[in-house]
Amino acid sequence: MNNWLTISGNLLFTAFIFYLLATIFFAATIRDKKDVQKKQGFSARIGIILTIIGFIAQVGYFITRWIASGHAPVSNLFEYTTFFGMMIILAFIIIHFIYKVNFLGVFALPVALLIIAFASMFPRELSPLVPSLKSHWLYIHVTTAALGEAILAVSFAAGLIYLIKVIDQSRKSKQTFWLEFVLYSLLATLAFVLVTSSFRAVDYQATFELVNDEEATPIEYHMPAIVSPVDTVLIEEEVMAPLFTVPSWMEGENAARKFNTLLWSLSVGLILYGMLRLLLRKRIGAALQPFFKRANADLIDEISYRAVTIGFPVFTLGALIFASIWAQEAWDRFWGWDPKEVWALVTWFFYAAFLHLRLSRGWHGEKSAWLAVIGFAIIMFNLIVVNLIIAGLHSYA
Amino acid sequence: MNKIKCECGHVNPHGTVLCEACGKPVEGNQHVDGNEGQNLLNMRYEGSARRSQTYNKTIVDKVWNFFSSVKVGVWLIILTLIASAIGTIFPQEIYIPGSAPASTYYESTYGLLGKIYYQLGLHNLYSSWWYTLLIALIGISLVICSIDRFVPLYRALKKQKPKRHENFLKRQRLFSETEVVSKEDMQKVKDQLKKHRYKITEENGHLLAEKGRFSRWGPYVNHIGLIIILIAAIIRTFPFMYSESSLWLREGEMKAVPNTNYEYYIKNEKFTLEFYDENDPRFGETIKKTGALIPSLFQTDVVIYKKEGDTIIGQEPKLKEVQRGEIRVNDAMKIEGYSIYQASYQNNEFGTMTFKLHEKNDPEEKSLGEFTVNLEDPKEEYVLDNGLKVRLDKFYPEFFLEDGVPSTKSKYPRYPAFVFLVYPPEKDEPEKSFLGIGFNLDPNEYDESKNEMVENNYKLSITNFETRFASGLKVKKDYSLPMFFIGAMIFMIGVVQGMYWYHRRIWIHPTEKGVWLAGHTNKNWFGLKREMEKMLLNTDIKLPVDQQELK
Repeated sequence: MNNWLTISGNLLFTAFIFYLLATIFFAATIRDKKDVQKKQGFSARIGIILTIIGFIAQVGYFITRWIASGHAPVSNLFEYTTFFGMMIILAFIIIHFIYKVNFLGVFALPVALLIIAFASMFPRELSPLVPSLKSHWLYIHVTTAALGEAILAVSFAAGLIYLIKVIDQSRKSKQTFWLEFVLYSLLATLAFVLVTSSFRAVDYQATFELVNDEEATPIEYHMPAIVSPVDTVLIEEEVMAPLFTVPSWMEGENAARKFNTLLWSLSVGLILYGMLRLLLRKRIGAALQPFFKRANADLIDEISYRAVTIGFPVFTLGALIFASIWAQEAWDRFWGWDPKEVWALVTWFFYAAFLHLRLSRGWHGEKSAWLAVIGFAIIMFNLIVVNLIIAGLHSYA
Repeated sequence: MNKIKCECGHVNPHGTVLCEACGKPVEGNQHVDGNEGQNLLNMRYEGSARRSQTYNKTIVDKVWNFFSSVKVGVWLIILTLIASAIGTIFPQEIYIPGSAPASTYYESTYGLLGKIYYQLGLHNLYSSWWYTLLIALIGISLVICSIDRFVPLYRALKKQKPKRHENFLKRQRLFSETEVVSKEDMQKVKDQLKKHRYKITEENGHLLAEKGRFSRWGPYVNHIGLIIILIAAIIRTFPFMYSESSLWLREGEMKAVPNTNYEYYIKNEKFTLEFYDENDPRFGETIKKTGALIPSLFQTDVVIYKKEGDTIIGQEPKLKEVQRGEIRVNDAMKIEGYSIYQASYQNNEFGTMTFKLHEKNDPEEKSLGEFTVNLEDPKEEYVLDNGLKVRLDKFYPEFFLEDGVPSTKSKYPRYPAFVFLVYPPEKDEPEKSFLGIGFNLDPNEYDESKNEMVENNYKLSITNFETRFASGLKVKKDYSLPMFFIGAMIFMIGVVQGMYWYHRRIWIHPTEKGVWLAGHTNKNWFGLKREMEKMLLNTDIKLPVDQQELK
């Protein structure tokens, strides 16, 4: 049993490495002097081959983990998020073969990489299925919803490229600010992965005990405490003392620890961002802009939109229709205003508005690209914030 | 209401921008879709006469125009989106712990913000009048904007003729002029068009090649799907379409299935609760980390009975077994339009209790005999192995003291208490024992009324007990489900129909000086251009120029 799990872990790691290499090759295509639209350069071919090998490895991870646990590995936050990353790769491969654009890989692959890395920060043990999850609808609903969101994520990648390409970087504006903000968010996610895995590597621990209740379980941090839980005292003496206490209204489960992690991610993200700015001596958006000089803006816009036209129906099917059918079978109601359901509806509303604005009101180009970015932000909110902070039926972690 | 007669002879409705038959711009209506002074024609809705763009006088016009606007529709969507999101800031009332009253829960848990949330009624946001109103407005908008567009668009596409006005053709986005075109080339193009599945209609050498018109109906089809879903939601509020009730069924208990008019009875044979093994090689680690048992199965084995014949009130109904099976989470039982779901369980009731009798002064409490009381159906008298008799004098299933007098809160044995009469062989009078969970009263205190001090020689103690499960079942009837499902399917069909097919038209227009070619698609111009490139290959007909890219 555990053999399968080991193989599965190794395959996932292999996939990760291949995606990383593929990203490097796709990045190299940008410098290709050949026409990027028509001909597939050497490095682009290598890039897509590496991506496909990585994808096959990840499918291997999926199958072996399925064998190890006896159920499809989409039942907790680690498994779901990893699968989401895998679907982004799949969506990217499909769109790559339709449009043959290499620059898309420069953003779609890193987004998938970040998501898979993010996923591996969550508990990776096999977890059993509670009775309400024991249904073939688990596979149907979760996989379709993840695929839909992944295709929409490709729309985000294309939208982001569009913005980097077209936003006027010669002067400071609202657009340049928000573009930097989006790039900073990606860096903060990277920071989260770096900080978590570094402190995990050194097995860092800080323990807080409640002052008035000695029998309560102590709260364990796995990274230095910037902020401590309410009414607690730090046990270890050799570790960093917290700078302040979490506001008392943050009362969710492990709120203080999550808030502490968030602070770490944001601040290390800020440091990363600051270092990059110092190194580049200009806005990151401005530094990236020349890479996409020869990309056809209309085509990027088309890809971003096309991804929505494919992703939206798949999302509707997976995250709303299949979800309701299952909810009807498991909980005897197809709709219950659970936070996750509501946010799926919010996402659906958002993309419905996106399509109306684009088709009826002519929001093409930059406006459409901003919408693709906001849409992805909503999806990530649903994945991260709703799962971790807003408790509901879907909180697996 | 003056109809507009075009020079081609076709009579257009008032408000038409482009003649339905030949496409000639109608004088004086060019401002409607912004065609005025533009090089290219705005082809949205074929320049047909939309009510919302034509009339704006009466209050009905104004309401109609308001709801048919996409801008208004998008605003309604955005407002609903924001409202929906607000409802997730704190849990809705249905999700707060059952014991806590909402009036204090929000404030005590979330402080001032929680109090405001509660006072604004956001704890029941999705059933609030204004949220319902928002959804209703979206529904109205869906209906009106669809009718406003569909009807004239349908007319225009039905009335269109292959021969188009030159002004119309020249101002298409894809347009080319070729001076000399041979007959062979014309035939080649026709063959190519057919090969690409275009439907060709001809009129005096003028040619219209069209495909994928049905994709134009996609948006209206998906709107119909959504409207069906909204109607289903309204219908569901009627009791004959939807009913829901729940019942607690103890092991061994039989009850009438609620809402079936005492037609069906359900009996709980057994409730099973299983947990994952802590030493499971796969999941052990997670279970230990969780620190609690993880359930793997909730199951009620039930038997369904149907009443046979008519019974008068008070008469025991004659029952016939009709169905037997297991109800699990994710696996409901269905009987004639009703679904029975496994919803929850309780394990706070006692099934049996075992007592032992011993001498009161025996410090070792050596058993003189044991007996077990079935709390579901207690007997009046128990005879011990050694011949001693014990009578159950009084039984309080859920014991409490009401003004000092023992009483019971319910008939369910959640906190049982007993008064036993023990008949010792050496005495004529029985000894009284009053005991329950956590107490075993000295009968002398209790037996003051006799006005004599009777010392008990014997004492009863609880040695064992069994708890029993009560299974929480939900009985639902929901005839609206198929309607929701059909609505959702129609929505999906509409979305696919509108998004993955394109309405493409190509006009070939012979003139005195050669041939004009124009092309139009409702979307994906890349695709149309690529297709035209292929079709015009090896002919002298010039590839159309994208006049939009030229500017």
